[in-house]
Amino acid sequence: MRFSIAVIPLVLFAALAGVFLLNIDKDASVVPSVLIDKPAPEFSLPPLPGRDKGLSRADLTKGEVSVLNVFASWCVPCRAEHPLIKRLSREADVPVYGLNYKEKDPEDGVKWLAELGDPYTAVGMDLSGRTGIDFGVYGVPETFIIDGTGQIRYKHVGPVTVEVLEKVLLPKIAELKG
Amino acid sequence: MISRFKLVFGALAILVPVIASNPAFAVNPDEMLSNPVLEERAREISKELRCLVCQNQSIDDSDAELARDLRVLVRERLVAGDDNEEVIDYIVARYGDYVLLNPPLKPETYILWASPAVLVVLALLAVFAFYRRKQREGSPASASLSKDEQDRLDELLGTSNDDGKS
Repeated sequence: MRFSIAVIPLVLFAALAGVFLLNIDKDASVVPSVLIDKPAPEFSLPPLPGRDKGLSRADLTKGEVSVLNVFASWCVPCRAEHPLIKRLSREADVPVYGLNYKEKDPEDGVKWLAELGDPYTAVGMDLSGRTGIDFGVYGVPETFIIDGTGQIRYKHVGPVTVEVLEKVLLPKIAELKG
Repeated sequence: MISRFKLVFGALAILVPVIASNPAFAVNPDEMLSNPVLEERAREISKELRCLVCQNQSIDDSDAELARDLRVLVRERLVAGDDNEEVIDYIVARYGDYVLLNPPLKPETYILWASPAVLVVLALLAVFAFYRRKQREGSPASASLSKDEQDRLDELLGTSNDDGKS
C-alpha cells in the first residue's frame, strides 16, 4: 500500500514526460486547417494593375493539381520564401497561383514581383482580405496544394523552407499527380 | 521627505491595478454599427472568438489586422440578418473550433471537460482515504500522553505540579 502510493508521482511524471516528448516537435502557433479535403471556397479576384488575368475558383478546378501561395509585399517572410516558390514553380511542373493578400496600395504587389521575379501562373489581388478569410488564412505566407477537382489537400503555414519544399510540398504534389 | 523610489512605487501601486482592471478594447469607432442592439451582439460574439494571430486574445481585444477584419465580418453577417450562432458557425467553418475561446463539448473534448470533475472526485477520495486511515490507526498527535510520558516530560522541563498546571 505504502509502496504503491510512493510510485504514483513517478508514474505521473513519466506519463507527463511522455506527453511532452510526443509534442516537442509540434509548433503550437500552427492552427490545423479545417479546410483540408474540403473544396476550395468560391472566389473571383481581379488582376494586378496592368495585367489582364485575375484569379478565380475556376482556375483551381481545371483537372490538374495546383498550388496557391498567399503573399504580400509587406510580409518579410514572403520575401524570404520567394526564391523557393520560384523553385517550386520550376520543379513541381504544376501551375502556381498567387493570392496577393491585403496590399495597402494595389501597385505594391506589381513592384514586388518586378523586383523579385514572378513565378506565378496568375495572381489575384485580395485587397480586402476577404478571400483570405474564406481560405482560413491567418498569417502570410501560406501555401495550399489543391487537387484537380478543387479540393484543398494540404496547407503549409509560414514561409516555405528548403526542407518543407523538398520533404513535404514536392512529394505531396507528386503523390497527388499520381 | 518621501524618496523618489517610494513616490514611483506608490504611483505604480495605484495605477497598475486601475489599468489592469480596465482592458482597452480594440474596437474602433468606425467599425461600430449604428444599431446599438446589433453592436451589442457583435461585441458578445467577438468576445467568444479567438484572434488567430495573437491566440490568447479575443478579436474584441486584439489590435491585429486580421482581428479587425473578422470584427467587421461579424458585423456584416449580423446586418445581413444572421443570428449569433450562424455568425459563429460562419467563422468556425473557415478557422475551425480553434477560434472558439470556449471549446465545444464533443467527443474530442470529453476528456478536457471531464477532467476538472474527475480531479475533484479523485481529490475527495484521497482526502477520505487519508482520514479513514488516520482514524483506524489512531492519531498519535492528538492522543494524550500516558502517565509515564507525562512524568518524563515534567522532569525534562523541570516543572512540577506546583506551578499551576498538572
